[in-house]
Amino acid sequence: MKRALGIAVWLLAAAAAVAVFLLVPHLVSDFHSRDLAGAGVFFIAIVGLNLLTGYTGQISLGHGALMAIGGYTTAALVVHEHWRDVWTIPLAGLAAGIVGFLIGIPALRLSGLYLALATFAFAVAMPSLLKKFSGLTGGSQGLSFLESSPFQVTGLKGTVTVLGHTTTANHFLYYLTWGIGLIGLAIAWLIVRGRFGRAFRAIRDSEAAAASAGVNLPLYKTLAFALSGVYAGVAGSLFAIQSEIVNPLSFTVLLSILIVVGAVVGGLGSLPGLVLGALFVKYLPSLAAHVSTRPGAPDFIYGAAIILVVILLPGGAGGLLRRLFAPLTTWLYTRP
Amino acid sequence: MLLAFDWSQLAQQTVIGLSSGALWALLALAIVLIYRSTGVVNFAQGEMAMLSTFVAWSLVHHGLSFWEAFFVTVALSFCGGVGIERAVIRPVERAPVLTIVIVTLGLVFVVDGIARWGWTAETKSLPNAFSTRPIQVAGVAFSIQDLGNIAVSLGLVLLIGALFRYTKLGLALRAAAINPQESRLLGVRVSWMIAIGWGLAAALGAVAGMLTAPALASFDQNLMQPVLLYALAGAVLGGLESPVGAVVGSLLLGVFVNLVGTYVDWVGNDLRLPVALAVILGVLLVKPAGLFGQTAVRRV
Amino acid sequence: MSKSSALLELEDVEARYGQVKALHGVTLDVTEGEIVAVLGANGAGKTTTLRAISGLVSRQGGIRFAGKSIARRSPEATTRLGIAHVPEGRGTLSGLSVRENLRLGAYVRRDRSAVREDERRVLGYFPWLEERADQQAGTLSGGEQQMLALARALMLRPRLLLLDEPSLGLAPKVVAEIFRIVAELNEREDLTVLVVEQNANLALDASSRAYVLEVGRVALSGSSPELRRDESVRRSYLGY
Repeated sequence: MKRALGIAVWLLAAAAAVAVFLLVPHLVSDFHSRDLAGAGVFFIAIVGLNLLTGYTGQISLGHGALMAIGGYTTAALVVHEHWRDVWTIPLAGLAAGIVGFLIGIPALRLSGLYLALATFAFAVAMPSLLKKFSGLTGGSQGLSFLESSPFQVTGLKGTVTVLGHTTTANHFLYYLTWGIGLIGLAIAWLIVRGRFGRAFRAIRDSEAAAASAGVNLPLYKTLAFALSGVYAGVAGSLFAIQSEIVNPLSFTVLLSILIVVGAVVGGLGSLPGLVLGALFVKYLPSLAAHVSTRPGAPDFIYGAAIILVVILLPGGAGGLLRRLFAPLTTWLYTRP
Repeated sequence: MLLAFDWSQLAQQTVIGLSSGALWALLALAIVLIYRSTGVVNFAQGEMAMLSTFVAWSLVHHGLSFWEAFFVTVALSFCGGVGIERAVIRPVERAPVLTIVIVTLGLVFVVDGIARWGWTAETKSLPNAFSTRPIQVAGVAFSIQDLGNIAVSLGLVLLIGALFRYTKLGLALRAAAINPQESRLLGVRVSWMIAIGWGLAAALGAVAGMLTAPALASFDQNLMQPVLLYALAGAVLGGLESPVGAVVGSLLLGVFVNLVGTYVDWVGNDLRLPVALAVILGVLLVKPAGLFGQTAVRRV
Repeated sequence: MSKSSALLELEDVEARYGQVKALHGVTLDVTEGEIVAVLGANGAGKTTTLRAISGLVSRQGGIRFAGKSIARRSPEATTRLGIAHVPEGRGTLSGLSVRENLRLGAYVRRDRSAVREDERRVLGYFPWLEERADQQAGTLSGGEQQMLALARALMLRPRLLLLDEPSLGLAPKVVAEIFRIVAELNEREDLTVLVVEQNANLALDASSRAYVLEVGRVALSGSSPELRRDESVRRSYLGY
């Protein structure tokens, strides 16, 4: 009886989430839909990073650079090869996934802070690398969809028609981004629940123990890097599609830091709070600016908020949610 | 062929490289100090140094000479470093490494915000620490500023080294870093030792900032960002666990980057920073412990 | 003047590691000049008892040293009262030299000339330390490190010595030597010792009184000769 109730609660929560997803654009302004689409980009990257850091314990401060790979793959395909922007998303994910895998190999030799430093260096170097290979990347100018391939931009005329439904371009971007985001979350959930998830968590808790239990460390660790790379690539691709332009300064180390902050605030090692992490990272700068526009105040508030959240909520939003719902889950899942 | 090579240029560029490296070494040493006692890299070390430099500028603006402002700023920075540790780091002392890293990243924004809020955006410059006259050594011209930077930096490093080796406080600082729990049983107030470590690191950063600024016509909030990266590279090259390594690594890096920048056209001036980053990556791939480190011991 | 001349009194002490309770109410006392042993199997709570005294673990209950409560004191403060704690595994500061380890033993003391005098005295008990003074402490053998830990504790001029499993991982001959020195210190310098030991035989030989801990509580107590004859002690801890 309780088991059926548990499943019902679960389905109800999932249905509520889907309902919220579908309805939100109709409740907020068109402009806010675009903003929310931006938050969705962070969400996807954060889910991916959580798979890596939250579940296998490998710290990466370089996922902004993987987003750059995805973003520039999309841009290059649109601008140079005249692909339709949305069809480039899978390829962008794949490209970033491959780079993620390649990074994962040397990452096997590094741990903790050393890995953080290596990925940090990679993230800092990315803009310079993008500028240097200007043939492909357009150098410091970057690549602009509107200038070079305007007809490949979905929503150029302000409205988009999909399967007979017409929506505004901003709504389309919202649904595209968060739709992919929710699918990505579902996939992550399946991975985490299954064999991969168990292996990942074993690795995070004790590599020595996991190895002696027969877990193939190199395989799972690089796989985690590759997977998180795919997510970052898709996020970067959507970022490019939303902005209709990419240049080296879109992908500085700050982006990498924001993804990590979002993952920690959302809650490492759990999935429910990550949406909040994405919203935190997207909206905090503007909220901070609202509080005070004196020079320096937004930065100060932003930094202080990050520090406070991390000190007060060590488990992030996910940890908080878990604690709030603990009475319910204990009741549902314990035998009397 | 040998006679045609411009040896004096090589000597000059080497000294210039050593001079930059010497300033990076101060920040690198600060980073290693904190890393050894807490296992965390303080990503805000550069911004803290920048804030100290702003403070120095204000003091000079109010009439103090460079060197008067220098010593006052060092003292204030020490206190600031202790204060930051007590206020922001102590609550998360026992948290996982990633959490503390995020706190230091948050600190970057906080310190940046303080700098932008407390000082207007007008261009600032610091007077020269040393005379700008060139000096002739064995017929080759060197800048007194460069030699002065090297001298001050090495002097400070030796001073700190002496503190650690020969004083009771230094002994306590080292013990606290090696084995905190055991040190507490010996009566060492480990918590305060960590705070003092932060204070020393902040003071070192302040010196780095105050010697970096005069070389530039003007400086702003971004002053120390490249320096932090070079310092990280130098520390990684020398070995994050080794103070000696941090200094030697930074000096070597300074010479290397400058010589590569001077003699390799493809690198020129734009790619100096990526060279440093490539060094970080290279070292971490080949020998993560760096030149002077023992094979990286995992903190379990 | 307090009623008893107990130097150390524990009354119904509880201790926990996070959510896990390790001590469920330990009561014991140590009089000045005694050597008292705490016996018990692995996990009985022996080490936790010493940690509770020093303040390394969260604890509740009455802990009094020389009549005054120390139940709220930090490890640093406890040391300053004259309680030297030699932890399990010796707690050698391996990156430092032998001499530096010794110096740290006297870290909390301000009487510099007395410290120098103590250094000479301590080296008298362990003459070989002098030759190795500049050697890295981590390169010493296990037995040597144990003696260094003891020497370091003596540098405090402690009123009470807490000794945690001194025989752990050491050869019998070395262990015998260590207990001999402890006995000598107790006689000559009137050093009060609370020693935790898994090796019941050794512990009962070295001490005048002992407590037997089981699952975080005192199961038995008495004079060491008495406990040696006790049936259950013989069967569970002495092996015959």
